[in-house]
Amino acid sequence: MAISIDNLNKIFDSRIRLGIMSALMVNSSMSYNEMKEILTITDGNLASHVKSLEENGFIKVQKGFIGKKTNTTYSVTKAGEKAFNAHIVALEQMLKSLK
Amino acid sequence: MKSEKEIAGTLSDIQKMMQRSSRFISLSGWSGVAAGVCALVGAAFAYPIIEDSSYELIRLRDAFQYHSFSLSAYMQSRLFKIALITFFTALILSFLFTWLRSKKTNTPMWGFTARRLVFNMSVPMAAGGLYILKLMEAGAYVYIAPGCLLVYGLSLLNASKYTLDEVRYLGYAQLLLAVINLFFTGYGLYFWAIGFGVMHVIYGIIMWYKYERVSANTD
Repeated sequence: MAISIDNLNKIFDSRIRLGIMSALMVNSSMSYNEMKEILTITDGNLASHVKSLEENGFIKVQKGFIGKKTNTTYSVTKAGEKAFNAHIVALEQMLKSLK
Repeated sequence: MKSEKEIAGTLSDIQKMMQRSSRFISLSGWSGVAAGVCALVGAAFAYPIIEDSSYELIRLRDAFQYHSFSLSAYMQSRLFKIALITFFTALILSFLFTWLRSKKTNTPMWGFTARRLVFNMSVPMAAGGLYILKLMEAGAYVYIAPGCLLVYGLSLLNASKYTLDEVRYLGYAQLLLAVINLFFTGYGLYFWAIGFGVMHVIYGIIMWYKYERVSANTD
């Protein structure tokens, strides 16, 4: 049981960061606006969470243009995928041990 | 240490977010029922025309031969008018019920999951629809009904990846009817009415029972 607690990732403690990761796990990439729509949160809030995930190397950011407008898309990295899966496994193990 | 309830809640949040971000889930069962009823009414109007229809079919064929591909030629056919009215009434009603449901589930009606669904449904429908118009032009009337069922079934199969998974089974049902119809040509309208009418109604009721009944009761 001690092991599973270690595997719980602090970064995923936030509901929003967990939401971002969940959405990116099932979409090959998502734009900033799509993310905002799904999570129903404000700009500033989303930006800070995205940044912390990016700094940890869990998601990558691609900046592009659609016409003159900037279009930023996000996708999950290999490291992010691994960390997220480990987090879920840890949660499930904890749940089992509590039952 | 987190409580059991908290962890279970987190896991279900993850699952919900994964579903919400990849599929359009506000599709209402009532949309299916409404589309099905439209199809049955449309088929009932079309039935007497097709029954003594040599006249109507000749008119349709002449329209193609003398005017080639023109909208006014199509519009002279009563059958084509019925088909158009049926299609648009069904479309508008299904949009209405799904719009109402999307307000309830608090998901945007025209969000990116909805756009993706509409795109993946429309592409095979448009290409298939054009093919069916060409079948009509060629006078291959007996293949129109199975053609509609085939195109619609394949479109549903494609769209099911972007919405409620059950749509896939509706797609299989349409494909099965299409294939059977190919061996019982001349009964096209019956197969068409079963596929677009009865199947939609059954599907709609099942979906309502599965997803909307509970929330309707708690409201």
